[in-house]
Amino acid sequence: MGLPGRLLTLRRLLLVIWMTVLAVATAVLAGLLIGPAWAATGLVWGAVLVWGWWLLGRNWRSWRYAERADDLLISRGVLWHEQTVVPYGRMQLVEVTSGPLERRFALASVQLHTAAAATDAKIPGLAPAEAERLRDRLTELGEARSAGL
Amino acid sequence: MTGGEPGAVGPVGPVGPVEPAGPAGPESAGPEPVGPGSAGPGAADPGAPVVERRLHPFTPLRRAWVPIGAGIGVLGQQADRAQEWARDAGTGLGTLILVAVLVAASLYGFLSWRFTSYAVTDTELRIRTGLIFRRTAHIRLDRLQAVDVTRPLLARLTGVAKLKLDVIGTEEKDELAFLGERVAQDLRAELLARAAGFAPAEAARVGEAPGRALLRVPGGRLATSLLLSLGVWAALTGGLAGALIVWRASDNLIAGLALLLPMLGGAWAASGGRFLAEYDWTVEESPDGLRLDHGLLDRAHETVPPGRVQSVRIVEPLLWRRRDWVRVELAVAGSKNDVLVPVAARQEAYAVVARVLPGVDLTALAFAPSPRRGARWVVPVWWKGYGLAVSPQVFAARKGRLCRRTEIVPHAKVQSVRLTQGPWERARGVADVHVDTGADGTVTARLRPAPQAHALLAAQATRSRTGRATSRPDRWMT
Repeated sequence: MGLPGRLLTLRRLLLVIWMTVLAVATAVLAGLLIGPAWAATGLVWGAVLVWGWWLLGRNWRSWRYAERADDLLISRGVLWHEQTVVPYGRMQLVEVTSGPLERRFALASVQLHTAAAATDAKIPGLAPAEAERLRDRLTELGEARSAGL
Repeated sequence: MTGGEPGAVGPVGPVGPVEPAGPAGPESAGPEPVGPGSAGPGAADPGAPVVERRLHPFTPLRRAWVPIGAGIGVLGQQADRAQEWARDAGTGLGTLILVAVLVAASLYGFLSWRFTSYAVTDTELRIRTGLIFRRTAHIRLDRLQAVDVTRPLLARLTGVAKLKLDVIGTEEKDELAFLGERVAQDLRAELLARAAGFAPAEAARVGEAPGRALLRVPGGRLATSLLLSLGVWAALTGGLAGALIVWRASDNLIAGLALLLPMLGGAWAASGGRFLAEYDWTVEESPDGLRLDHGLLDRAHETVPPGRVQSVRIVEPLLWRRRDWVRVELAVAGSKNDVLVPVAARQEAYAVVARVLPGVDLTALAFAPSPRRGARWVVPVWWKGYGLAVSPQVFAARKGRLCRRTEIVPHAKVQSVRLTQGPWERARGVADVHVDTGADGTVTARLRPAPQAHALLAAQATRSRTGRATSRPDRWMT
């Protein structure tokens, strides 16, 4: 399954805000210090905005997670592609987090921890109901197939 | 907490030794029962009250050394001023202050000894410490990874030993310092027996399980092997050359020395330091795991419990290969000691590895190299070192050309599997497969053909799940 569209909206909104702030700051500084014509350098951030807009969309589309019979599969990334498989029996802890911005957009992240610190299994920006369902489901499966270190 | 046993909390302990009677000889060593009605160290009968035991009476001496040493150090540094000051104030006052410091230090040492105690219950080892801030460490026996007895040089001269406890999930080792040598051995045997699942009453009786010698590394071979390490020579020549160049260029001897000293330190740690630590390395097999004894000045005694080894690494430096020597390192969750065999002939080393990874035949592993077409342009020269072998029991990956390292993970210890592919790798049709283990380690099979990597990802997840079912339990005695 992919991620809800609200995550993309949130990320793009953040991108727009930051790029606008940077563009205005650059334009004002360059305009005051060098000359009014130099204020146009702020437009560089516009190009970054377009590029970032496209990158975010591409990255968002690449996210997939699948609850398979015995393990959870997370697949992500386009240029740097990564797939993670965590057997349910190895999960030590399932964590649901939601920051202030995420809450505003009704989003929550699910993070899986195993005994290995290198395990990097985080699913960002799920709908809270889905995040809780996933947490409960994973916990249940983890208990059923529990194994230690 | 069982609670209610009298004298469990230090300050109001009713009986117990009132005076430590100075630094008692080592022969009088023994855990001194604190609570009344205790039947000595062997009181592990079910139903008997939990016995709080104290450390060796030598301990306060060591503790007191800290403030005394610090005081002397300060005096030595400020010798001139102290002399002047002493002349002004008169020798009487000086002596008085010295005596006061001594008394305070001894009192501190004595009290901190008096307030430290430990107890073994059915499920845990409790250590209470702290003079002002009380701290009680509860160590669950089934979380115990290993118990090591170490004897630093000074402690060896006085016949005492330190007990270090490896527990899953703790950063630093808890330790009991110091115990009488005999007591330390017995306590270690008892803890391991209980961790292995023996009944408490039985555990104290089982005692030190008998061992069978597997391997002993002769000092000569250790010295030769260390002399044959390229890294040390590289550090030495690099350091010397760098220092010479800096000296010539800047005409500043100090700058050259500043460059040379860290290099010399590194070279010493990798050669002389290792020789001292790994001298007379013996591996013994016993029911509670493999026992390692080593050290020239500081003797260390470690145990590797079977079934808790997360991964094994075989290191073959370039200059050892003609003699077919290898070094074996391992990763145990929560443990820092990582050497299993510092140097040994391949056959001997593999025989030891077969004890920690039962049923694994290392000689039968057939390593498949990375594909020449894909790998050559991703990692130009070193791609030839990469190799992968998967057997029904283990996942083994090899890397390195000068110093070849082979990392072996039993499928049962795999926590998660990852596949990564960067843009450059995708263009060449290869991918990396990472296998994460519980000891914060990751074994990576680099540059596998992409279809093979995807198949491996799926197969490895299945194997790590089924491997678990056939592996040994953590409580290997039950």
